[in-house]
Amino acid sequence: MTPKRWLYAVLVVFAVGEIAGPHLFPADHAHFWFEDIPAWGSIYGLVSCLLIIIVSKILGKLWLTRPENYYDS
Amino acid sequence: MTPEWIHPGLVLIAGAWILPFCRGRAKRAVMILLPAAALVDCFLIQPGTYGVVRFLGQEVVFGRADRLSLVFSYVFALVALVGMVYSLHVNDDAQHVAALTYAGAALGAVFAGDFLSLFLFWELMALSAALLVLLRRRPAASAAGFRYVLVHVFAGLCLFAGIVLHFTQTGSLSFGDLSPYAGSAAFTLILIAFLVNAAVPPLGAWLPDAYPEATATSAVFLTAFTTKSAIYALIRGFAGTEILVWWGAAMAVYGVVYAVLENDARRLLAYHIISQVGYMVCGVGLGTELALNGATAHAFAHILYKALLFMGAGAVLQVTGLRKLSDMGGLYKTMPVTLALYMVGAFAISAVPLFSGFVTKSMVVSAAGESHRPAIYLLLTLASSGTFLHTGLKLPYYMFFGKDRGLRAQEPPRNMLVAMGLAAVACVVIGVTPMVLYSQLPFRVDYIPYTVRHVTATLGLLGFTALGFFLLLKQLDPEPVVSLDTDWFYRRGGAAIQNFTQGALARLEGSVSRVSDVVMQRFVLGVGAQLRNIDLRGVDAIMEGVGRVTEEVSRDLTLTSTGHVQRYALVMAAGILAGVALAVFAW
Repeated sequence: MTPKRWLYAVLVVFAVGEIAGPHLFPADHAHFWFEDIPAWGSIYGLVSCLLIIIVSKILGKLWLTRPENYYDS
Repeated sequence: MTPEWIHPGLVLIAGAWILPFCRGRAKRAVMILLPAAALVDCFLIQPGTYGVVRFLGQEVVFGRADRLSLVFSYVFALVALVGMVYSLHVNDDAQHVAALTYAGAALGAVFAGDFLSLFLFWELMALSAALLVLLRRRPAASAAGFRYVLVHVFAGLCLFAGIVLHFTQTGSLSFGDLSPYAGSAAFTLILIAFLVNAAVPPLGAWLPDAYPEATATSAVFLTAFTTKSAIYALIRGFAGTEILVWWGAAMAVYGVVYAVLENDARRLLAYHIISQVGYMVCGVGLGTELALNGATAHAFAHILYKALLFMGAGAVLQVTGLRKLSDMGGLYKTMPVTLALYMVGAFAISAVPLFSGFVTKSMVVSAAGESHRPAIYLLLTLASSGTFLHTGLKLPYYMFFGKDRGLRAQEPPRNMLVAMGLAAVACVVIGVTPMVLYSQLPFRVDYIPYTVRHVTATLGLLGFTALGFFLLLKQLDPEPVVSLDTDWFYRRGGAAIQNFTQGALARLEGSVSRVSDVVMQRFVLGVGAQLRNIDLRGVDAIMEGVGRVTEEVSRDLTLTSTGHVQRYALVMAAGILAGVALAVFAW
């Protein structure tokens, strides 16, 4: 299997585990309603990751980044 | 100082001066024995108050040992030991003395029971840390070191002013909970001083500025003490300060954003110090027992895994001389042990189950949940994703995998690997048996990190962060750029002020002088001209007229005063005649 397929296989296991886990062991409770959305962690992880990269890159392009010798000149 | 109390900080600060007098094996033995002795010393200290000295009518307490100060002292002494093992191959006494003094000062600050001794060790920490940066002996390091001094002198002055004000208001120098004085100038000044040291933005740009400029070994010490002693001081004085909840959560995200843009490996890790300290600041602000336990535990775990990460990046720097991710790649073949040990640190900071961050960070996040703060909870969880994205994926990908640049490398010296191994073991032990750490925390812990929901949600979060990483991999290629931070104000601010004086200010001055020209010429000079006319035509004319009349009268009179006696006699006779005639004819 290629590394890519391994990653996808692991992700499927994680997502299924997250959906099934709280039903199999319903002891621990959630703090907020959104944590009860199926596969909440997986969805939020993907959204967070994409948001962080895109927003940071836009901020960098528009405002924050300068050439490396910026402080030397 | 009573015999049952030997200050562990003093062991390091005084003991450091043995090093210049030793050579070879003896020196290396002392380098390990000193922090080891300090660690044993810390373990032996029983809760209580030691080292009370009367000074200027005040009680100075050098040894306040309670559960909070003790748990911080354990990890400070432990990381000092790890750092010294990592530095064993370095033949530079000045660096070792500065590092041991720095660690000793941090222990001093943690055991300080009053503001005077706290201030003393606070300043000693700033000086020795600046020295550690300067001792790389490169122009860039010198500049960064002096900027470090600049910022910390400011923080020291704030702290000192706050202490003086606090003393004048309360008459006491003892350092404890400051919440009764919330809102006072003293409270604010001391809080600002602590926040500068905790690298809270916008006061924290000194950290990613200075730490990556230190040597590979010095940076390990730097990552541990300044920010975490500030967290200790915040827990002690400012627990439950609401503004810290939001500031801390924002800080956790801020560090992550800058890490996306960063190309320098150790600067990327430095921004993640800020991000991780954000969790602790947030925990201090939440102020519940779970949150304060979480801040303490996370500081403990953070010191160890962050030292491990800096040791990994430092090992690559040591072997290849490279610090930029855009120059690295393919090192997994030649440095597999370094990679494996680095990844333990990366899993620990990313809160992967069975590693230390999982059992400590989640205490703060859960405390936000228990305090019913969904926004804080979401921000902290988002920052968790970002942490794994950079420290667990981006940095190792570009450093050890990615494009193979055919770099010639080998594993670093054995002492460096041993030090990394020690820290890695600590990360795993805390992760697998959290009660080892939980039992030392300031409050009783009934928090259970390993629940099905917590483990599965964390794995989902991390797994799908990895998916996002590989989806946007092209976007993340490191670029040779620097990012603007608030250090801009003191690095380029001067030049900007100059530009301002030459540009905008010069134009302003030009328009002011034009305005003044108009006012002067049209108004002041006009009025002056009018006044001059009045003067000329009026006053002068009057004066001249008076003068002219006087002159004419006197010229006429001079005709009469000829100096001839006969004429005077004639005038006198005429006068007498006129008087006689007047007398005769009037009466």
